[in-house]
Amino acid sequence: MKVELRGITKRFPGVIANEDVNLSLNSGEVLALLGENGAGKSTLMNCLYGLYRPDEGEILINDQVVDFETPGDAMVAGIGMVHQHFMLVPVFTVAENLMLGNESVSGPLGVLNLDDARKRINDLSDKYNLPVDPDALVRDLPVGVEQRAEILKALYRDADCLILDEPTAVLTPDEIAELEKVIRELADSGKSIIFITHKLGEVMRIADQIVVLRHGKVVGRTTPEDTTELGLASMMVGRDIQLVVDKPEAEPGAPMLEVRDLSVLDDRDAVAVESLDFEIRAGEILAVAGVQGNGQTELVEAITGMRPALTGSIHLDGEDITSATPRELWTRDLGHIPEDRQADGLVEPFSVADNLVLNTYNWKPFAKGILRDSPEVRSHANQLVEDFDVRTASIDTHAGTLSGGNQQKVIVAREFTHSSRLLVAAQPTRGLDVGSIQYIHGRIVAERDSGAAVLIVSSELDEVLALADRVAVMYEGRFSGVLEGDEITRTRIGLLMAGRTVDSGDSSETDTPEPPTQDPSADGNAR
Amino acid sequence: MTNIGANLPADEIQAPADGEIALEAEELHKAKRVGWIWIFVGVAIVWLFGFGSEAGVETTFNLSLESDLSITLPSRISCLAIGAIIVLLGIVQSIRPLPKRTIFTVLIVLMAVFAFLIWATRDSSFSMVGMLQSTLIRATPLALGALAGVLCERSGVVNIAIEGMMLFAAFLGSFAAAATGSLWIGFVVGVAGGAILAYGHAGLSVTYKVDQIISGTVINFFALGITSYLAAQILTKYPDLNRAGTFARIKIPVLGDIPFIGEILFDNNIYVYTAYFLLPFVTFMLFKSRWGLRVRSVGELPKAADTVGINVYRTRYISVILGGGAAGLAGSFLSLGSVGSFQQNMTAGRGFIALAAMILGRWNPMGALGAALLFGFAESLQSKLAIIGTPIPSEFLLMAPYIVTLFFVAGFGGRARPPAADGVPYEQG
Repeated sequence: MKVELRGITKRFPGVIANEDVNLSLNSGEVLALLGENGAGKSTLMNCLYGLYRPDEGEILINDQVVDFETPGDAMVAGIGMVHQHFMLVPVFTVAENLMLGNESVSGPLGVLNLDDARKRINDLSDKYNLPVDPDALVRDLPVGVEQRAEILKALYRDADCLILDEPTAVLTPDEIAELEKVIRELADSGKSIIFITHKLGEVMRIADQIVVLRHGKVVGRTTPEDTTELGLASMMVGRDIQLVVDKPEAEPGAPMLEVRDLSVLDDRDAVAVESLDFEIRAGEILAVAGVQGNGQTELVEAITGMRPALTGSIHLDGEDITSATPRELWTRDLGHIPEDRQADGLVEPFSVADNLVLNTYNWKPFAKGILRDSPEVRSHANQLVEDFDVRTASIDTHAGTLSGGNQQKVIVAREFTHSSRLLVAAQPTRGLDVGSIQYIHGRIVAERDSGAAVLIVSSELDEVLALADRVAVMYEGRFSGVLEGDEITRTRIGLLMAGRTVDSGDSSETDTPEPPTQDPSADGNAR
Repeated sequence: MTNIGANLPADEIQAPADGEIALEAEELHKAKRVGWIWIFVGVAIVWLFGFGSEAGVETTFNLSLESDLSITLPSRISCLAIGAIIVLLGIVQSIRPLPKRTIFTVLIVLMAVFAFLIWATRDSSFSMVGMLQSTLIRATPLALGALAGVLCERSGVVNIAIEGMMLFAAFLGSFAAAATGSLWIGFVVGVAGGAILAYGHAGLSVTYKVDQIISGTVINFFALGITSYLAAQILTKYPDLNRAGTFARIKIPVLGDIPFIGEILFDNNIYVYTAYFLLPFVTFMLFKSRWGLRVRSVGELPKAADTVGINVYRTRYISVILGGGAAGLAGSFLSLGSVGSFQQNMTAGRGFIALAAMILGRWNPMGALGAALLFGFAESLQSKLAIIGTPIPSEFLLMAPYIVTLFFVAGFGGRARPPAADGVPYEQG
């Protein structure tokens, strides 16, 4: 199916999400839509998918102008979307999810014909090599299979053009390779595919054409043959970039954080962290890598006092902090940048100024007896907003209205006001632009160099490679490996993320052949 | 623990397997503990009811109001026998757990209640058929009210306004029937009354995204206020407008002639028969039809429904209004199916009890019917025993089902999981 966007412009109050965007792809082609978070990729696709209506411009399917009022219209026209957050009802079976909105029924009461759905699903599974059990409950499926079901859901509706919104964000390297194969097969069978991502490696491997968006505009069109990852990265951010953190050699001191035999339960009372043993020394950054949902969240919550430990102990500089509350931990110089900044990092309806004293509001100088000292709070806030370059209209602005990067800066500013002995940062730069990432990475390294032990949890390999002195890879609640120095390579981390064990000798053979210029972050880490 | 690895080496599967064994052991332990509880219950029955009944005393249960059909049991021996059976089941359960524990649990509860009745009514006669009839009559509005809750909440709209909708319908139905002289018009107007308030609830909570608890509370107070006001203004001045009368009972041929069962189940008014039809029908439709799949998808993950072209707002409106109709049936039953006139606040909290029945029935109409029967049984047992007079304060019996509900909601003895998007307004786009 030929899909064409001509001059698409979409405005939201105060922002232009897309401006005069043109795209065109033919059947059998894979188009990668590349851009940073907030570049307008999703908005553009939502226009094509009928969730939004563009303010200007037109959409052409097979050279015919179309007008989609709802996703239903787009679906009828053969456009299928595989959403980043899967649109599958967890308590329904795969068959029920796939037929939803497109049910085969019999009789005047509209009784569901599940046999028919099963048969169609099995046919599609065979045809496109996407095995899935139609009668399995979606909530029991692993993420990779869930994604397969989501792709099948689009195919079930006879989609000829598939839009995949950041499909690899939640997958292991193995599952990503599998998905890339599926995408190729789908394209070969004549489907046109739009692939939204901000990961450069994938784009180079699977795209036929690449369109780069920045601030809602197309800033580059190219093909994998004509560019490099570094070239794409520069296009994405609009300037030559340095993905490398300026990081002197670590000078580790005495063990600062000691975790012994730590087990933690998750919200469903399943063991999420299983007898973990590790330590971090002062002046050292330990990065915990891994696919999300392998116990990293629970590990961080246990260390920061937000979740009880089932067994084991946690010591900070010799003191037992296993059952300490977040407040006690704060008084013992623990800095915490939580994973979910909106839920755990900020009180969104509070002002920036109040958020900057969330942990100190009741102490001098911000309190006088039982009353708060507003002038002191305000001058403190003004100072931090300037120091940390928080882009906010004023210190009275609600924190919830700031952009993600600026919200994160508020949290970082608060946590870095006092020097920490232990800094725990979970996904510290998720969803941030390159500028903010560089800034926050710099502060984290500075914190290390002033003698703090730093624990980073990140599912972004680039971040892990950029910051870590040591890398621990978490898989199903345990460390599947801890890497140090030259052992830290993408390939090894990738294997460990999938739960494999790696011998130290084989990395040179198994390393993906990548020219050094295409992997600036791994490169920079080695020096 | 999520199993994300696509192809694990065999030795990596160790950890989850350990977990399963641990779970099985825990399950076995739990099963044995249940066995011990049964033994305790059995012993308590032997002790309290068996030896609590004097030797040679008999209990008579009347099984028919129309004929002299009855059974007479020796009180002490019967209670001892029931206690012994329960102890025996408990011993078996604690040694080697029985399959289908829930069924046995229900059976044991029924036997325990029966033993209690034998003991409590010893040396006299007790109308079993009367009590069961009144159980059904009390359960019907609760089950219909719970059906209203199920319809709303399965589509993602919390409805605590069942009480208000019932009360409004009770008034309108009664008023319309008395004014026109036709019970059938009252029936229709009652259903419409519930639906009208539900339309308001849908408007507030779906379109205007008002907090659904607040919307429900407002509707409850509105219904209480307006019906009390109109009753005081109109019905007291014109008492004729409050003489609606009740639907006559219709005895179903053949089925109605079955002794005992026929008198209880097949000699009722139109509301009870409507409930017989609606509860299984809606259950079937909810879980087997296109309509039901869509309603449930909107209550679980509205965004998913939206992206496949299902109109979330319209689906919610329709479900809430249908629910209001069910609440209207429940409410007008009170005036037209039972009392024959309207009285201020005549629902007296039944809408909230219906809500409890919905939760205990796990958001399933048939489950809610089971819960409603339990609540109805407790109520009618209480009123019968209050007449007979027993050493146990009858109010305790009235409390018992709600304590069960409380435990259930708190997560003991099974999971009560509301629809995932229950109470969350949907924002398009």
